[in-house]
Amino acid sequence: MPAQVITITSGKGGVGKTTAVANLAVALAMEGSKVVCIDGDIGLRNLDVILGLENRIVYDLVDVIEGRCRLKQAMIRDKKLPELYLIPAAQTRDKSAVSASDMTRLVKELRSECDFVLIDSPAGIERGFRNAIAGADRVLVITNPEVSAVRDADRVIGILESEEKGPASLILNRLNPALVKSKDMLSPEDVLDLLAIELIGIVPEDETVLIASNRGAPVSYDAKSRAGQAFRNIAKRLKGETVPFMDLDSQGGLWERIQRLAGRK
Amino acid sequence: MDETNSPLQIKGIRDGLLVSLDDASWDEQHAALISQVDSQPAFFQGARLALDVATQVLHVNELVEVRDQLSDRGIFLWAVLSESPTTEKTAQLLGLATRISKPRPEETRQFSVEDLGEETSLFLNKTLRSGTRIEFPGHIVVLGDVNPGAEIIAEGNVIIWGRLRGMVHAGAKGNTEAVVCALDLSPTQLRIADEVSAAVDLSDSPKPEIARINQHGKLQAEVWSPG
Repeated sequence: MPAQVITITSGKGGVGKTTAVANLAVALAMEGSKVVCIDGDIGLRNLDVILGLENRIVYDLVDVIEGRCRLKQAMIRDKKLPELYLIPAAQTRDKSAVSASDMTRLVKELRSECDFVLIDSPAGIERGFRNAIAGADRVLVITNPEVSAVRDADRVIGILESEEKGPASLILNRLNPALVKSKDMLSPEDVLDLLAIELIGIVPEDETVLIASNRGAPVSYDAKSRAGQAFRNIAKRLKGETVPFMDLDSQGGLWERIQRLAGRK
Repeated sequence: MDETNSPLQIKGIRDGLLVSLDDASWDEQHAALISQVDSQPAFFQGARLALDVATQVLHVNELVEVRDQLSDRGIFLWAVLSESPTTEKTAQLLGLATRISKPRPEETRQFSVEDLGEETSLFLNKTLRSGTRIEFPGHIVVLGDVNPGAEIIAEGNVIIWGRLRGMVHAGAKGNTEAVVCALDLSPTQLRIADEVSAAVDLSDSPKPEIARINQHGKLQAEVWSPG
């Protein structure tokens, strides 16, 4: 089966793109898929840190593109999962070191090598973002339930539509059911109402995510974490399985409505 | 500095600086460029630079070298113009522009007035997302939502069969008779002719509403009822 190339983007910074890429990569690899993730944030690389692979970097994305090494040499194998690889970004260069056609060529080369290519996009809608979506078959837009993040996600979805990269799918990250209940946070319904795209997962706010990221062992490894479970579910959905949405709210009600909304399309 | 002896020409253009080289050897030109930059660091600091290399045939490592050297000096090389197809290809490979007058048609639509009568309308069958701006010298009808961050500017009326949560300016050339209506009228800002109003209430159960300038010259929205 040819690889699926998936880019994760958001427009706004700090909503959890890199964390999501790391967790989905781990979750997919745990399911037995061969996964290559690419850090597209040239100059501000993070994905290696979250995956705990920082000290293994020898060659990076720009080295591959400029021909200083072979693709295989820049693919760093994960410590625990033998089927998970990372192509890190260059830290000492900027976005102008890579072009959209470079990314398309690179991705083409990777397609025959693995099952999933996950690309971590930089924040913004400029060059780096356009590079990151250039080779993608599918784009996941990630947002938080806050007005500014949703506004930026809307803008990004508009650009994806005009570049014919759509339809994008939505990951709603850092949802706090208690705050939604007290009407102090946008509900998944509010967000979906505005963005009107398919929902692929909701990740609850969970401090284990931060702790795991700092340790360099993404939360998807943690069988007890709610957020880890949410990422594992998204990974299953990416593989084409139908997984019911988690019941984050023990009282029910709201989540039934979300499921209905999600199943609407 | 003796300008006449320099093989370089430096011009200010809309997008920064344009440096034109002549057909002398690349090594010479390259050295001249760097020494020119080093002699006036304050002038070049932070500049966006386009390089016209005429007929020079340049390969990846040469362009990468000059780009990195410029970047070390705080100069952003964004375009390379060339008559050589090889150089152009190289530049494109590195993601540099090869044309400097780049039109940005993206998402801003302008229509010419000439061939349009007073009563023409633009029909948009889609949701307008943040960052979209539609300008039209007649009426605009949208079948879809207008999200926050989207802008609609019409010289006539604006009718939205959906939720209006972005910005709408009807009667943009001063027509005070223009109206705006929507199935859910909750704009971030609404303008008719020269009147501006910010969002007011956001009712829980939206009803179709129509906004116009009332007899006191103020913007007013009222629930639309058939009949």
